[in-house]
Parts: sequence; C-alpha cells; structure tokens
Amino acid sequence: MKLTVWTYEGPPHVGAMRVATAMQGLHYVLHAPQGDTYADLLFTMIERRSKRPPVSYTTFQARDLGGDTANLFRSAAQDACDRFRPEAIIVGASCTAELIQDNPGGLAEALGLPVPVIALDLPSYQRRENFGADETFLQIVRHLARPMARTARVSCNILGPTALGFRHRDDLAEITALLEEMGIDVNLAAPMGARPGDIARIGAAHFNVLLYPETAESAARHCETAFGQPFTKTIPIGVAATRAFIAEVAALAGTARHPDEARLRQPWWAASVDSTYLTGKRVFLFGDATHVIAAARIARDEIGFEVCGMGCYNREQARALRATAKQFGVEPLITDDYLEVEAAIAALQPELILGTQMERHIGKRLGIPCAVISAPVHVQDFPARHSPQMGFEGANVIFDTWVHPLVMGLEEHLLHMFRDDFEFHDAAGPSHHGGHAPRSLSDAPGALPPHPQDISERKMPEAPAADRPDAAAPAADSIVWLSDAERELKKIPFFVRGKARRNTESFAAGKGLNEISIDTLYEAKAHYAR
Amino acid sequence: MTPLPGGGCRDLPVLRERGQREVFCGLTGIIWLHRKMQDAFFLVVGSRTCAHLLQSAAGVMIFAEPRFGTAILEEKDLAGLADAQTELDREVDRLLARRPDIRQLFLVGSCPSEVIKLDLAKAAERQSARHAPHVRVLNFSGSGIETTFTQGEDACLAAMVPVLPQTQARELLLVGALPDVVEDQALALLAAMGITPVRVLPARRSGEMPAVGAHTVFALTQPFLADTREALLRRGARQIAAPFPFGEEGTTLWLRAVADEFGVPADLFDSVTAAPRARARKAVAAQAGTLRDRTLFFFPDSQLEVPLARFLARECGMRPLEVGTPYLHRDILGPDLDLLPPVPVLSEGQDVDRQLDRARAQRPDLTVCGLGLANPLEAEGLATKWAIELVFTPVHFYEQAGDLAGLFARPLRRRALLSPATALEAAE
Repeated sequence: MKLTVWTYEGPPHVGAMRVATAMQGLHYVLHAPQGDTYADLLFTMIERRSKRPPVSYTTFQARDLGGDTANLFRSAAQDACDRFRPEAIIVGASCTAELIQDNPGGLAEALGLPVPVIALDLPSYQRRENFGADETFLQIVRHLARPMARTARVSCNILGPTALGFRHRDDLAEITALLEEMGIDVNLAAPMGARPGDIARIGAAHFNVLLYPETAESAARHCETAFGQPFTKTIPIGVAATRAFIAEVAALAGTARHPDEARLRQPWWAASVDSTYLTGKRVFLFGDATHVIAAARIARDEIGFEVCGMGCYNREQARALRATAKQFGVEPLITDDYLEVEAAIAALQPELILGTQMERHIGKRLGIPCAVISAPVHVQDFPARHSPQMGFEGANVIFDTWVHPLVMGLEEHLLHMFRDDFEFHDAAGPSHHGGHAPRSLSDAPGALPPHPQDISERKMPEAPAADRPDAAAPAADSIVWLSDAERELKKIPFFVRGKARRNTESFAAGKGLNEISIDTLYEAKAHYAR
Repeated sequence: MTPLPGGGCRDLPVLRERGQREVFCGLTGIIWLHRKMQDAFFLVVGSRTCAHLLQSAAGVMIFAEPRFGTAILEEKDLAGLADAQTELDREVDRLLARRPDIRQLFLVGSCPSEVIKLDLAKAAERQSARHAPHVRVLNFSGSGIETTFTQGEDACLAAMVPVLPQTQARELLLVGALPDVVEDQALALLAAMGITPVRVLPARRSGEMPAVGAHTVFALTQPFLADTREALLRRGARQIAAPFPFGEEGTTLWLRAVADEFGVPADLFDSVTAAPRARARKAVAAQAGTLRDRTLFFFPDSQLEVPLARFLARECGMRPLEVGTPYLHRDILGPDLDLLPPVPVLSEGQDVDRQLDRARAQRPDLTVCGLGLANPLEAEGLATKWAIELVFTPVHFYEQAGDLAGLFARPLRRRALLSPATALEAAE
C-alpha cells in the first residue's frame, strides 16, 4: 500500500483508451464498475474532443457481484458491436474487474462476434498508463498486421501518437510534412488516425519512425522482428536531434533530400545578443524520460542553460534517463511521488523548471518559473494553434515557450539597479505576465510560501538526506544569517535570491562558518563568479 | 403549498433503465467535503484509478491543501503477501504524524477494497482507539459499485450520525454540505425568525459537530441524503418535509416548513423574507427571459434533477422533456414532485446510449449532462449545461436564485453571441 496524493500516470486501461480514442473504427469494451466512466472527460474536456471515446463500460454494481457480471460483459460487447459496428474490438478489465476474474477475452471470443476481438491483459496493480498504451498498441499490431510486400516507393510508418498525448497532434503533422519533404511516403501513422484495416498493412512500409517510445516501442520492436522493419532511435526534439533524425531517416531510406531549414529560427534567436541573459540559468527537468532527455540536450547545447537536475516518472524508460543524467553530471531522480520532486526542486533552487503540469504547480508554490515539456496534460496543453515540439517548428516553439516565463534581459538589469521602485520592484515578477506577484519566496531560511496545512511542507524536512540531490551540502539550518547579511540578501532580486542563499550557505559550510555576514555573502559571490 | 391542478409528478410512471451509466462514483464527493470539513482528511483505500479520478474529477488538478489522498493497493496487498490492515495502520500513522492538525480521518472504501472485502469498519475502530482522543477515525464507502456521485456525501454523513453525541434539546439540524457563505445566509434568516440555536451537519470543524436526540428536528438541504435521513430517524430525530431551497419559491416553502415547525408568526416570517424574496424574484426574472419556453433535458447526475426541474419549470418557464435522475427517492422528493408540472419522461437509472438516442430525437434547447457528454453534444449542435457545476457552485437559497438561473441561461446566451444567425432561427 502506498499513499498517493497526485499521480503522473493513470491506470493502464486509460492508456488503452488513449490508443482506442486515437484510432478510427475500433471499439473498446471495458469491464468496469460505474464511476470509471470519469475517464471519458479526460478526452472530451482536456483534449476538447467532439466525440465520446469509443468505449463501452459494463458498469456493474455491487448487486451484480457473484451474479451475472459475465453476462453484463457479454451483452455490453454484443450491444457495442451492434450499435457502433467497429472493424475490431479490444476488450479488457479495469482494476476492479481484474479482481472478479471474468476473463473478458474468453467471453468475447465465445460470442462469435463478426469482427476481430483483441484481448488485453493489463495488470492494474502493477503497471500504469504508458504501459497500457504501449501494450495495447502492441496487441493490436500483433493481431492485425501480417507480412506483406513492401511499397514500390520508399515509405515508412509513424508510430506512437495517441489521444491525450503531449502535442502528439502537432508533432505528427510536423514529422509527416518533414518526411514528405524528404521524398518519403508515410504508409501509415498509428495509433492516431489509423483504422484496424490500416494496421493490417503496416508491413508494407520499409521502416518505422518511432516518435514516442513510451507508447509504441513494443510495437516497433515487434515489427522489427516480425517484418524486418528497422525503426528510428532518434527523437526529433531540438535542432541537433532533428538534424540527427533526418540523417538517420536518410540512411534508412537511401535518400539524400534534406528538408528546407529556412523556417528554423531557433539557432539565431538563441545566438542573438538579446539572449545573452539566458546564459547559465540553472534549470531542473522532470517529465517522461523521452521529453526530459531531449529537453536536457536543448537546454545545455542550444540555449546555454545549466542543467542542475533531471528526472522522470516512468520507470520503463529510466535506464536511458540515468545514462543522460550521468553525461550531465547530475543525480537522476526516478520517482512518481510529486512530493519527492518538490523536495528536490526546493533543495536545488533552480531559476527555471521544465516539467509537467505538476511541476508548474510546484513552481507556483516555490515562486520559480516553469515551462511545460511533457505529459500529464492539462487543457492548456492543447492550444488552438499548431504548436509542435518536434522538427524545426518544434525547436522554434520550444525556444518561445521556455523563455516566456523568465524575466527578460534588460528588465533583469533594471530590477538590479532600481529594486526599491514602488511599482517596478522585484516582487512584482516579470512585467509581461500580468498582475500576479510570486508569493513571498524564500525570504526566511528554508521557507516555502505560507501553506500551513499542506502536507508536502511537513514531509520535506523528513526526506532522508541520501535522497536529496544536495546530500553533500551540510545542513543549512546550523548556519545563522546575521541581520545585516539577511537585509543585504533581500536586496538581491527574487529570481536569483534563492541561488544566492544556497551558494552562500554552501560556501559558509565549506569554510566551517557558523555565521554569515555581509562579507561572507560577497566572498561567496566572488567564489562562485563565473 | 398548493398542489397543482394537474397533480404534479408524484404518481407519474417512471422509466427505469439499466445499462451503461455515464456518472461519477461517490469518491467525487470528497472534492467538496474536504473543503467543507477543515480538520478532516479523506483517505481512499483503493487503486490508481481512484487517485486518477480524484485529480481529474474537477476537470483540473486542485493543488492547494490536498486534505485527501489514496492508499493505493498493490499486488502484494491483493496476493495476501502483506496484511492489508497492518499496511493501512502504517500509512495512517505516517499520515497523522505528518498532519497534527487533522482531527477527523475518514477511511473511504472503493470498488477494489469492497471487492476484496477489506474491513474498513474494523480498521476505523482500531485506529480510533489508537489515536483517541486527538483523532476520530470513521469509514464509509464511496465505491462505484455502491454509490453514484453525490451518494458519497450521503454515505459520509450517514457514517457520522451514529457517533454524534446524544441530546434532549429541541433543536433544528440542517443536513447537507453547503458552501459556507450559503450556510451563513440560511442561519441568518432562521436567526431573524428567532430560531436558534441551529446545528449543522457536517460542521466545519470536528469540535462543532451537532448532537441529536428524540427532540431534534432536521431539514435536508440536499436531496441525495437518503441514508443520512434514515440514520437520523433511527436516532429518534424527526424530519421536516419540504421542497428543496432552490429558487425563490423553493426557498420560501422550505423556510416556511421550518418556521411552521417552530411556531414563527406569519407576520415575522413575512417581514424577514420579504426583502430577500423580492431580490430573488428580480434576479431570476433577469435570467428567465432567456429560459422561458425553452425545452430542457436532464441526464442523471447529481440527484438534484427533480428540484431543479421544478425551479426551472415554475420560476423560469422552461419545458422539461425528460428528467433523468440516478435514484428517485419519493420520500424525500415528494414535495418537489407535487409541484413539478407533469413531464413527458421521468427516468431513473441510465442506459446512456438509449438516452442519447432520445435526446437526439427531441433536440432539446438545453441538455443538462456530465462532462463526458457535454462537448460531444455541443458538437452535435445541442446546448449543454455541465451538471457538475451545480454541485460546485453556491446555488441554494434566495441570494443565489439568480445565479442558479444564470447557470442555465449562460449556455443559451453564449450560443446567441457566437452565432447570431442561429439565435435568429431559434427565435423565429
């Protein structure tokens, strides 16, 4: 048993729903109690879909248990086929139905339905949403795809985009256009937009483009084994990664046509002098492993940030993240407990968080700006405009998105110079962000914004030292800030104050000092000066 | 109240349906209950699905002060490798050590915990003894196999009734979780009529929990509290039957039933209610122009459907085509059913696909439904009102009557703003 307040991933059947909802002509018959229908609103509200997800829930109740829950499943499956006339159905159980062991696969098989029945076995008490999506897509491909002759022209499949994915809609459009520019046909994109009949001819492509290992790596590996289709390993997020992806695709396709880079603005935007202020800003990254790994490289190599920490919530891809963290010389944080993530961010005091909607809220609490780079998604992550993360336009979008939450260059200087102006003071926050000032920030040692009832605050001091990314640093609470130094610290603008506090305390601890004076503050500043 | 010439809806035949239900489970009630009871924590014993529901149910994640959480059952709990009771004790100990401000802990049963027959009553008893007197631990089920949406609040309040202290005092008890501002308005109106003290269930803090006994009389402020009502009757309390306090008429009839019970003189009643009644009538009238003669279709959701249909039909002039509700408690809804003009279909339970067929065939001007159905119906050209807003928004009593009408008028006004041509068609 594990206490959870917020979760990064839903249960595995929600992953299956993401696949079913992305596809056309497929129906999901889910053995589940009433209440599990809440998952529909993820798609109709967060993603603003104009159709109900293609899911029939058996909605059994207590009085059905031990009675005819199996019969409920049979009639739900039959009704779904009669009413929606799908080309194939997937069947499975949610967490509660898993316990009553009705075997939806066997029941559906015995009905003799006129369409292929694909049974899903998604262990609800061990696995999560991404696994559910990956496994569901694998089973669909295994059941429906058959070996067949390759297309005459060079072609590929695009694998991975699902419903409720972080910018999957726009990434798919971007990468489809990029492949077309390279003269490569897209045989099939799946799950998004594909019909069961389309899946059957997956083997006609020469190779596969895997966009999201989280949702389609198992299917890509299956196609490699079953149909001899290689798949791409580079995720085209960022300028360098997009160019590497193009090279990888060109090698697989035997083509030399390079797409037009004229609309790529990100490198010049990063090189222009206005961006100088971005240099060395400390960023913390958290999300799914694929997006975090890509973001870490962009942050360091394409924008000039310093990556001070990174982590992911999906253990399935943790190995790749650990390897990247090692290259960056930071401790990887692999956890699905947002309180641990909050503790790590509070300890590291980054100047920018690149995370999920959870980290956006953590950033609000800690007064640290945040840009969202990964699922879990929020209604804000489905903008009306085209807003990909992948390809050259994706690189442009990422530059804008990450820079937007920060105080801009000249404004940063003005805040240093005229910090006591009653309107233009540091607590007012970035001037392009409306009227909300960040809350009191870390003005008291180790303090979070006032939130007396929040459990996270109580948990944080309990975090074992070994789990803390700055475990080497001595405990800051044994060091006293003299009042002069404390006042001086408050003159430092809010967006660097946390860093100054932390650096000074580390410096003092390293020197064996118990007190911090104004001199200590400025000695530390000189020590850390780059 | 005057019975309708046509006889109202009390004796109408009810269409009972069984099929896929597009409703939340009772766990959803935690979203408002944890805000109402400020020293309570709700610990769901369930699965990742339960945790995911709680963070998705309100449509967005609520990050401030989460006084609820989910103890997620894992493989080893199910396989019997770990003693679930011991595991639960450990999680509760840790939680209470972190949260010394918590005075009431609710262990909330879920579908999986009910199916594996995890005895949360036993756990609550054991933990109450262990953490007494600082924390009282109670349990109820919010599982989808037993409860629909607002029934979660009913199960929670019903669990509290047996442990309320005994009293011989003749006191009025208001039952139902209302927003504080609305509760204060109701208490002020009653106080002005000389009815004091008035107790409230649930109280905002554990130290203010009401006492009950044979001389307690209670009035429900929410129509979904069937089990709580039964539990109070078992404690010897007596119910004041009344229509529910939605709209000017509903509020007046509810207040009058209470006033009659306490012998409030008619002139005092009139002088206390005259001004807010006039305000409520004026505020409703401002919205009723948009609503008059428009047709209305309720999908089952919060069990507020019958009293709301009564308000919309009688005070706003709407024409209900179908009033669907998860459960039709005639004992509780009788006074509202008497006032509701006969509707073509009064339905209980749900087969969502068939009900959608009926809605599409009738093309109501306004459809009240859950979040899973709203956008798909809008895309088919039907104006909708999200039902969940009706339980998350202050809508009871006089000062909210206009707001309540406004919740239904806004989708219609919005459609008119976005597509004047359509509005013209509709107006013709």
